[in-house]
Amino acid sequence: MPAAGGETLQFRDPETAEELTDRLEALMADIDEPVTVMHVCGSHEQAIAKYGLRSLLPDGLSVRMGPGCPVCVTNMPEVDEAVALAEDGCVVATYGDMFRVPGTERSLADAKTDGADVRVVYSASEAAEIAREEPDAEVVFFATGFETTAAPTAAVLTDDPPANFSVLSAHKYVPPAMEVVAELPETDIDGFLAAGHAATVTGYGLFEPFVEEYELPVVVGGFEPLDVLLGLERLLEFVRDGEAGLENAYPRCVSEAGNTDALETMWEVFETDSGEWRGIAEIPGADLVLREEYAQFDARERFDVDPDVGGADPLTEDCLCGDIMAGQADPDDCDLFGEECTPQNPVGACMVSSEGPCKIWLEYGGQPDL
Amino acid sequence: MCLGIPGEITAIDGNEATASFWDVEKSVRLDIVGDEVEVGDYVLNHAGFAIRKIPDAEVEETIEIYESFLEGDEEEALDEIGAEPGRQLGLGGR
Repeated sequence: MPAAGGETLQFRDPETAEELTDRLEALMADIDEPVTVMHVCGSHEQAIAKYGLRSLLPDGLSVRMGPGCPVCVTNMPEVDEAVALAEDGCVVATYGDMFRVPGTERSLADAKTDGADVRVVYSASEAAEIAREEPDAEVVFFATGFETTAAPTAAVLTDDPPANFSVLSAHKYVPPAMEVVAELPETDIDGFLAAGHAATVTGYGLFEPFVEEYELPVVVGGFEPLDVLLGLERLLEFVRDGEAGLENAYPRCVSEAGNTDALETMWEVFETDSGEWRGIAEIPGADLVLREEYAQFDARERFDVDPDVGGADPLTEDCLCGDIMAGQADPDDCDLFGEECTPQNPVGACMVSSEGPCKIWLEYGGQPDL
Repeated sequence: MCLGIPGEITAIDGNEATASFWDVEKSVRLDIVGDEVEVGDYVLNHAGFAIRKIPDAEVEETIEIYESFLEGDEEEALDEIGAEPGRQLGLGGR
């Protein structure tokens, strides 16, 4: 696996940026047809939007965000489960991003307003600490995120957590979701820009089977604007040559095997299961659930969450969060965007999370009109 | 964000460490860092857990990249560090 030169790039070097955009232009001229690249990370979208990178891209090259925001793909009934547990008297601890995400009827913030004990925590260990300090309370950690937060949740569960602590897992596993999105007939993707920091944990080797099966190029890229342009250049080279392949354009942070300690801990506690990704599909193997050995810390085993929870109709059918996560719509395609739906009064999760494309686009503008 | 954030380890007690993020001190767990970490090392912290030790040769560049990225978004940086809003970050102070 050749390193792609990412380690030699200087930050915000205008000359290098110009060279890279010239290369992208030339590659697109060779390819001579539209190309769509999908990235799967909110931090990539932040870099792209914040630095207006789309305005630098040649005509015909489109970069879309896919299912790369764990809060955004958390299914509403999962939020409903957390709300139900909070209303039943549990202390529900969760990351700040999750606090205001609407379930089918209410968010955890709404439940807190009505007197439920909901606490925003910074880390899984902080949630366990609450349980230690309050032994009479049932403390449920509503855990969200991809591998970079699933491994920390697992680390807490393998480190002798208090008996009154449990986890309501909404952790997600990205590779199967990439497969589903690659197969969606409406989503015509020519290649994936994979997230550098998630790959810090997972390693880039994780994408090898995907590349082989779907015959699409995957390039791991960093978040610095030049890293993104470099990643796109490598992807276009694959497209031009009609090749599938895997390349690590972020060698200064990512190795093939990743952080094996973190992965071992994660897989000791979690296994994959089929689960609904909000608005996309029921995806086999894309939810991370607690293994049976950890059932005593599994909130779904410990408490009887009403199976009807989450059965209500969603707040609105107009929210395009699911289509956006599937790479089939942009935030400004949504009628609610910036109107009824704002970070202060979000309708969908994509407007809540700092990794959510709607929030990012509202803050920075996603498609600069220059 | 799934970016993680770099900080310098200032104290270690078992798997519990303290790290300085532009002068803001926060505790960081070392359970899954996957490497030997000593005081003075830099780690990439994500949600209170170090997920990677930053090799010495990459520290300076990594800090530069983050400083540039975080400029103007200090509230988000504080959120990522897990510090209270309104704290002063010593960006560019290295």
